[in-house]
Amino acid sequence: MKFIHIFLIVAIILNFNFLKADEIKTENKIAKNLRCLICQGQSVHDSDSEFAISLKLVIKNKIQEGLSEEQIYSFLKMKYGEWILYDPVFNRNTYFLWLLPILIFLAGGAIIIKRFYNKK
Amino acid sequence: MASLIGSYSLGFGLFFSVFIIFFSVRNLRDTEILDKKIVSFTFIQFFLVVISFFGLIISFINSDFSNETVFNHSHTTKPLFYKISGTWGNHEGSLLLWLLVLTLFITIFLFKSNHQPKKYRIFTLLFQQIIIIGFFIFLIKTSSPFNYIFPTPNEGLGLNPILQDPALAIHPPILYLGYVGSSIIFSSALAAMVTSYVTKEWAKHIKQWVLTSWVFLTLGILIGSIWAYYELGWGGFWFWDPVENVSLMPWFALTTLLHCILVLERKKILTSWAIILSIATFALSMSGTFLVRSGILNSVHTFANDPERGLFILIFLFTLIFLSIFIFIFFHSEKEKLENNFFWLSKETSILVNNWFMMYFLSVVLIGTIYPIFLEVITSNKISVGPPFYNKLILPFLIPFLVAMAIGPNLNWIKSDFKDKFYMTVFLIISFLLSALIIKKFDINFLINTILVTSAFFLFFSTSREFFVKRFKNLSQNIAHFGFSLLILSILFNNIFSNEVITNLKIGETFKTEKFTINFENIEQEDEKNFKAIIGKFNVQNLDGSLDILNPELRIYNQPNIITSEADIKTNFLTDKFMTMNYVQNQEYFNIRYQVKPFMIWIWISVILISFGGFLSFFKKRYEI
Amino acid sequence: MKSKFIPIILILFFLITFVIFFKGLKNPNIYTPDVNLKKEVPSFKLKSFENDSIVISEKIFKDNDYYFMNIWASWCIPCKKEHEFLMELKKDDRIELIGFNYKDNFTNASSFLKDLGNPYDIIVSDKDGSVSIEWGAYGVPESFLVYQNKIIKRFIGPINEDNLLEIQKIIR
Repeated sequence: MKFIHIFLIVAIILNFNFLKADEIKTENKIAKNLRCLICQGQSVHDSDSEFAISLKLVIKNKIQEGLSEEQIYSFLKMKYGEWILYDPVFNRNTYFLWLLPILIFLAGGAIIIKRFYNKK
Repeated sequence: MASLIGSYSLGFGLFFSVFIIFFSVRNLRDTEILDKKIVSFTFIQFFLVVISFFGLIISFINSDFSNETVFNHSHTTKPLFYKISGTWGNHEGSLLLWLLVLTLFITIFLFKSNHQPKKYRIFTLLFQQIIIIGFFIFLIKTSSPFNYIFPTPNEGLGLNPILQDPALAIHPPILYLGYVGSSIIFSSALAAMVTSYVTKEWAKHIKQWVLTSWVFLTLGILIGSIWAYYELGWGGFWFWDPVENVSLMPWFALTTLLHCILVLERKKILTSWAIILSIATFALSMSGTFLVRSGILNSVHTFANDPERGLFILIFLFTLIFLSIFIFIFFHSEKEKLENNFFWLSKETSILVNNWFMMYFLSVVLIGTIYPIFLEVITSNKISVGPPFYNKLILPFLIPFLVAMAIGPNLNWIKSDFKDKFYMTVFLIISFLLSALIIKKFDINFLINTILVTSAFFLFFSTSREFFVKRFKNLSQNIAHFGFSLLILSILFNNIFSNEVITNLKIGETFKTEKFTINFENIEQEDEKNFKAIIGKFNVQNLDGSLDILNPELRIYNQPNIITSEADIKTNFLTDKFMTMNYVQNQEYFNIRYQVKPFMIWIWISVILISFGGFLSFFKKRYEI
Repeated sequence: MKSKFIPIILILFFLITFVIFFKGLKNPNIYTPDVNLKKEVPSFKLKSFENDSIVISEKIFKDNDYYFMNIWASWCIPCKKEHEFLMELKKDDRIELIGFNYKDNFTNASSFLKDLGNPYDIIVSDKDGSVSIEWGAYGVPESFLVYQNKIIKRFIGPINEDNLLEIQKIIR
């Protein structure tokens, strides 16, 4: 039973067709990481507003000009500010954002371990 | 007329709170039996809110535009179904619905808790009354659904078309059943502390409510996500948008509580933790309401906002938080040392591990959601926290979580060994080979993807095996866990193997990629009752020769005058094909978005399985082994 | 085990959270980064509106003159509202108005100007909206006040009477 299942899944997956990891992929990836500034909580990629459509075009052009992903981000950050980037940069302002969850995780682990030590 | 009755009925409802509190306090001192009057008054209060709610529905059905809420959100040409659902599709009406569910649940609680101590029941009622009074005042003072306008306008402003949708008609009621269910957990936790009733019996009793809210919350989130998938036209189902996060946070807290209660109902440990979770769940639901309604966030889903409302909820929320902190400090004492004996490898530990990870996920979402608000207030820098942040912080931690989830449920209480080492090892190896094959084949060089898929497969296999080994024992838990493994697998494959194209096409043009060819054949126009539709006809020729015909639509609504685009989705068991068409200013071409999304339907199915698991365990009297 | 320390921390934490949310409520939600201010005018090449000749930015913006760069379109309803103020601004010869015709077609745009008057000294057409992105613009209408090849002020959305007075005060 199980193996039929596995076999099926493999068969299904092998049958998918994919575009090569090419410019379209990079373009989509960049657009997904950008906030559509005139929309409410949508990425540039997901939005169909005039702003987003133009921005997608700009991204495409920049890729063809040979700019790297990072260069495009910093170009847009210069034009529109950090607000446009969905992936917050790690800097003075965001130390807590990135590290606090990890600290909470470690603290949680410490509390659990402490319970065991206290008993013994 | 209906509005007037509704309005008075609401006022009377608030008035009854006074009676209820008066009789409850009096009843606290004398006799051992609960005063019948209290139950009757609670029921009458519920009934009055029902009348008020129906008053609003009738005003919507009759398109009574002398009522401001109806005027702002309805229109005569709207289909009857959406006139009715429009009742709770706006700020005022949805708050009335909150209140309705609040009073409904406390009434059910009183009827269903006959075997519980009297004092505990009364205190629960009292704490619930605090919440109910808060909502009454909020409703009447800042957002009355029954404001009168004169002269009566001839026509209403209409409901936003993207909200005119069957899924969105049932999404809020179901989500509120989940949110408000947590208010009962909150009140009862406070009451249990005050009456020193944080015991196994309490855990058993409150578990029913935890399950109820959990099932509804899960379904509510699912429906919201399905709606976002087909209505918002971007082909995704989750965007880590603050409003989505806000419903996910109580879900994390509830899920944690659900597991924690499993331990508490067997022995009296983790009491403080269970209490904190009960309080946190409701506090998170309330902060959700605050964040969404106050307009402090930017989001697709926010209601029209008003700072006065935000302020009210903020003060109310923090009053409740401080109240619970004080009760916790002064009434709660931890007397659990006696039974606190279990070993490293035991079911207790595995549940603790579950709680630990759940809290981590919760903290990631919580921090990601409110950090930008903090930063902006303190430094006036504005940053965005979006999907990449959550993916980076959550995905790596999902791996040990999934593995623990596969092992944990097989352990015994108190002390255990690793069981079925042979099967587990075999599963692990198979999972790894399978994932390596899948990922490597497609040249997506992400080590993390392979490991993630491996751990998801591992959970998938071990839960599948449980069905055969344990059969009906632990069925509900097993279904939920199996559903979870399926969910993670579907999401991963959906993410990794999605294929999408955005392009501009004129009528008659063809767009070619290596995998498919899209041909834009023509467009047709159709007139509907309250909108005009422009329907595109597209032929998509796949590489294997099969042909899909997709008909995305543009809808031009008359009232309010808005253009929306309706996706056309061809669903089958393996993939969804998703297409939207958008109007571009002053161009002959349309903007076309075409996506091939594998395993989409399995995401929905697995969430239904998860909640079905919760639903099943509702009917089980005894706890599981 | 239970010290007084934890409750105090807890209460303090929630108090701070309360204050921050309270202040957050008062913050306006519309946000415009000021990264664009005092920046050089981005260089661009665009087709002229009237004919297909290429216009380059260096030819338009010269030193020591004020320029008012206005992004507009005939399909944009708020643009009609601000048009009277643009016509008013045109009367002032210390400033030159540059029209950025955004994602528009020639027929509609020229009848728009015919009906309401043409305030612009130069019009270029940004057919696909990509040059607007170089300017850091959000959409239409949007305007930039340029002096010495630098953006000194930007207006998102239609300009109104107050904006007009403000501009006139600056260029005086």
